Amino acid sequence: MSKYTEDDLREELKTKEYEYGFYTDIASETFPVGLNEDIVRAISLKKEEPEWMTEWRLESFRIWQDMIEPEWANVHYEKPDFQAISYYSAPNSKPKYDSLDEVDPELLETFNKLGISLDEQKKLAGVAMDVVVDSVSVATTFKKTLAEKGIIFCSISEAIKEHPELVKKYIGTVVPQKDNFYAALNSAVFSDGSFCYIPKGVKCPMELSTYFRINQAGTGQFERTLVIADEGSYVSYLEGCTAPSRDENQLHAAVVELIALDNAEIKYSTVQNWFPGNAEGKGGVYNFVTKRGLCETNAKISWTQVETGSAVTWKYPSCVLKGDNAIGEFYSIAVTNNYQQADTGTKMIHLGKNTKSTIISKGISAGKSQNSYRGLVQISPRAENARNFSQCDSLLMGNECGAHTFPYIEAKNKTAQIEHEATTSKIGEDQIFYCNQRGIDTEKAIALIVNGFSKDVLNKLPMEFAVEAQKLLEISLEGSVG
Amino acid sequence: MLKINNLHASVEDKAILKGINLEVKPGEVHAIMGPNGSGKSTLSSVIAGKEEYEVTDGEIFFDQENIEELSAEERAHKGIFLSFQYPVEIPGVSVTNFMKTAINETRKAKGLEDMPANEMLKLIREKSELLEIDRKFLSRSLNEGFSGGEKKRNEIFQMAMLEPKLAILDETDSGLDIDALRIVANGVNKLKSKDNAVVVITHYQRLLDYIVPDFVHVLYNGRIVKSGGKELAHELEEKGYDWIKEEINS
Repeated sequence: MSKYTEDDLREELKTKEYEYGFYTDIASETFPVGLNEDIVRAISLKKEEPEWMTEWRLESFRIWQDMIEPEWANVHYEKPDFQAISYYSAPNSKPKYDSLDEVDPELLETFNKLGISLDEQKKLAGVAMDVVVDSVSVATTFKKTLAEKGIIFCSISEAIKEHPELVKKYIGTVVPQKDNFYAALNSAVFSDGSFCYIPKGVKCPMELSTYFRINQAGTGQFERTLVIADEGSYVSYLEGCTAPSRDENQLHAAVVELIALDNAEIKYSTVQNWFPGNAEGKGGVYNFVTKRGLCETNAKISWTQVETGSAVTWKYPSCVLKGDNAIGEFYSIAVTNNYQQADTGTKMIHLGKNTKSTIISKGISAGKSQNSYRGLVQISPRAENARNFSQCDSLLMGNECGAHTFPYIEAKNKTAQIEHEATTSKIGEDQIFYCNQRGIDTEKAIALIVNGFSKDVLNKLPMEFAVEAQKLLEISLEGSVG
Repeated sequence: MLKINNLHASVEDKAILKGINLEVKPGEVHAIMGPNGSGKSTLSSVIAGKEEYEVTDGEIFFDQENIEELSAEERAHKGIFLSFQYPVEIPGVSVTNFMKTAINETRKAKGLEDMPANEMLKLIREKSELLEIDRKFLSRSLNEGFSGGEKKRNEIFQMAMLEPKLAILDETDSGLDIDALRIVANGVNKLKSKDNAVVVITHYQRLLDYIVPDFVHVLYNGRIVKSGGKELAHELEEKGYDWIKEEINS
């Protein structure tokens, strides 16, 4: 944390516009716009997938065709025209590289601008990178170290080819094709994503990390992530996202499935910073994501997310606590500014006995934004002694934003213990003046107050991610008071 | 150090200060007393630079500089400290973290590097001992769940850490029991020197038994209507404010 000085912050604050707003011109191979069975087949063919995968995609497509876009979320936007999107785009410079020297220099430059130069990343102890640019994995590092432990960490396309038995067994088991509109769409057209398998009893020795990036004008991004932690294993997975600024809205509909088998633990952390649209609410990414984890007996899944980007967010990382004694956790900070809208939260489905869940949600709204927490705690009839604790806090800045809380509780077992706490507060002029009087300017005062408000969640993030997240919070709220 | 000439100030177009004149020199302790609604807290807010207050006439000089155009944080950087009547809560921000930020922001404004961590720790230890503050207290969230006495003691701790030239204590005695009052007053007395000055704003005389003023001013209806030595405070305690009101109105 010490490396990041206030001067760095000041420098960053000078660029009020989205700072990663550049566009990399790498000759791309892009499909024509539109979606039909031929396009789905073409994607599958392009990725040299086995027939079962093609069929799975087609089945998903047919399901999707009969579904309608959900409207229950507390967000308003112009629905995307799904026939105006190109569903495949890949950087041209294939084949895969053995070393970074072979990577397109312009692409490396992109990484440099993002501050995630692979050269540095390689040296960074303990972090393996599987970088996804425009839907195709370009480079994977640390693979060898992981391979020695039997850990598989690769792109999902590669997994479909190299480990079909694992993919076939687990894909769609937590988020079925018909789960929801966007999940069905993703299942039909997913371009790439990450795959991770931790064998029985193995503790993954490093944080696994993936950077996503949307980079081709008008290209929807449909990532698919599958993480399987076999019995008694442990993995911490980091996901961070940035995107170039663009005027037309970019659709992002990812699916993440986590499977924690008996006694396994998965920690999944996200810092999301996609282009939120400009100060007038123009442009920005639509982020409609389905994330869900399945916990078998004594297993544990923790979702931690810091959401600062996107024009519209629709996202509920959830846990199905299937086995007895399973634990689900959800820690979230969602920041909205200007015209951003977020409807986010979690579902904790208690099926097993003695299952426990914890929900801590911190919503920060500024500008003219709308920030909603939506959560479901469901206790099934056979879930004896299930426990849940939920805390939903909202912080408002200014008079034109909104914070909403929609907690749903369905308890079908009398032994359940459910606690829900909620607070709403406002950054007061009195707080700002108090800080000013101690020599702290308004910008810094807001950062201090917001960090204090978010501390419980920031503390759950791995160290290097926590620094990035803190920076993002400060940048996202720049100029939002006074 | 502080020189106020014919100060008029209003909030939301309502005139509250109507021609204040006051001079405070290094080493002096001034007490400003007066009935409720006379403008005592407004005066402290205006000196500290709170934006909601508009100065409509007159000047405030601090170390010979007109500070009208300076923001609240710039005034703080120059050495003006306000001990708040109602200190605000900042959940999740520890007293230590808050002080570290305040000190480093002030140093930054002066072109200095951040204070090294070991120096910071030494300073915290020294000042908390001086004010008899349990160090566990310093890792609690700023003012969150603090008792009235703890809040005020925390204000004085911050004053000790920041070492201001001019400290304005706004109703620091309100909400304090006699033991807490003594501790706070002792703290202020320990921090007093020939180079700094204290302005004590209070409704009652009792704090002035512990922090003995060189001058006492009575504020009434936006003006200083009477000034004197420490005996004036005793007189007010005995007779109340009515006789002053009568004196003015007659």
